[in-house]
Amino acid sequence: MIPSAFTFYKPDNIDKAVSLMADFGDEARVIAGGHSLIPVMKQRLTDIKHLIDLSGINEIKGIEITDNQISIGAMTTQVELINNEELFKIAPIIREASLQIADPQVRNLGTIGGNVANGDPANDMPGLMQLLDATYKLSGSNGVRDVKAREFYEGAYFTVREDDEILISISFEAPSGGYAYEKQKRKIGDYATAAAGVILKVENNMCSSASIALTNLSDTPVYCNKAVDIILGKEIDNNILTQVIEACVEQSDPVADQRGPVEFKRYVAGIVIKKALTRAIERT
Amino acid sequence: MEKINVTMTVNGKEEKLSVEPRTLLVHALREHLDYTGAHIGCSSSHCGACTIDMNGKSVKSCTVFAPQAEGSEILTVEGIGSPDKLHAIQEMFKEHHGLQCGYCTPGMIMRSYRFLQENPNPTEEEVRFGISGNLCRCTGYQNIVKSIMAAADKIRDEANVEKKEIA
Repeated sequence: MIPSAFTFYKPDNIDKAVSLMADFGDEARVIAGGHSLIPVMKQRLTDIKHLIDLSGINEIKGIEITDNQISIGAMTTQVELINNEELFKIAPIIREASLQIADPQVRNLGTIGGNVANGDPANDMPGLMQLLDATYKLSGSNGVRDVKAREFYEGAYFTVREDDEILISISFEAPSGGYAYEKQKRKIGDYATAAAGVILKVENNMCSSASIALTNLSDTPVYCNKAVDIILGKEIDNNILTQVIEACVEQSDPVADQRGPVEFKRYVAGIVIKKALTRAIERT
Repeated sequence: MEKINVTMTVNGKEEKLSVEPRTLLVHALREHLDYTGAHIGCSSSHCGACTIDMNGKSVKSCTVFAPQAEGSEILTVEGIGSPDKLHAIQEMFKEHHGLQCGYCTPGMIMRSYRFLQENPNPTEEEVRFGISGNLCRCTGYQNIVKSIMAAADKIRDEANVEKKEIA
């Protein structure tokens, strides 16, 4: 399968990349790892006249950790996230979730920036970033701005990113407490039928902080604020967990596709949420 | 469409080519440079038949545009062994019948080659997870896994012999 023709640019800094985006408007796209973009280009589902490769821009690569604050350059690959021991020490959920993305070859090229900026509700990182309450840094013609991950997604493949903006980094505070990212998929390499992430803390037998998010269960990643409100400040027992799971499933809005009908997906959602909650509690 | 110059090192040899930017790396290797070891299976980044080594990492060459590989070090199955001198992994695939139709084999071998450097002493489960980006529709994977486990042993033994010889 051959994509339609395009011109290729490889700028060596972010300003040059932004100015190319501004010049070409919606005829241009940036390419990071290319493992979402190249397949849709091959299927000719998108018509890109100008392709801007970000791999020559060193300033948007790598992982920086200062105290409790983590900043990850958009061009950092999944395998770099998995292999970074320092990151694993303070945010082990990143490795747990990254290992569930695609397969080894894809993780070698796939980047965190591409995964979150593409706006595909099936991608795992957007859900994870809801969970971590991450902030995205976007660079455009009008300068740099921060957008909360929880305010970034508008619909499937629609985000608040402007045409001339490029996502350059992702930052979040190191999470504390128990964690789990549970993904149900038909096979390795497939997107989630349903996936859920949980981070929570238990102090004096009570849930003192919590975050819950879902992947591929709506046209955007879902942050389960209602479920979080239910569990906060409560003693965790089966009754509370049932209410939390119900609230999460209630907030999901899956569509029927080759992975199953809506009823099935809501059923699987309930299971992955329960598994994630259970494992996160075990790890507190 | 205007062509673009790409230079890369393939199996230790510098190669220069002039291609349309949309040329996929697997087509550049097979059709422009005649390295037909990398196969085109699904052309949708699922099957792994096109797996090669790029800058020391396994990648699916159907999902890389040739200009993205500018300046890179490429290793294909042609670069790791020859019919007269098979690589340990190739020998073990032969020994343990790790193939039937052979279509996925170059991708399997190249993934195994890199995987055994990432993890020289893997468990069976780690092997299966390590080659999870490579599909085989003939073998059911049993003999592929056996071949890779045997290759891991053989490579370790050879390394030990070398160490002793040096000592």
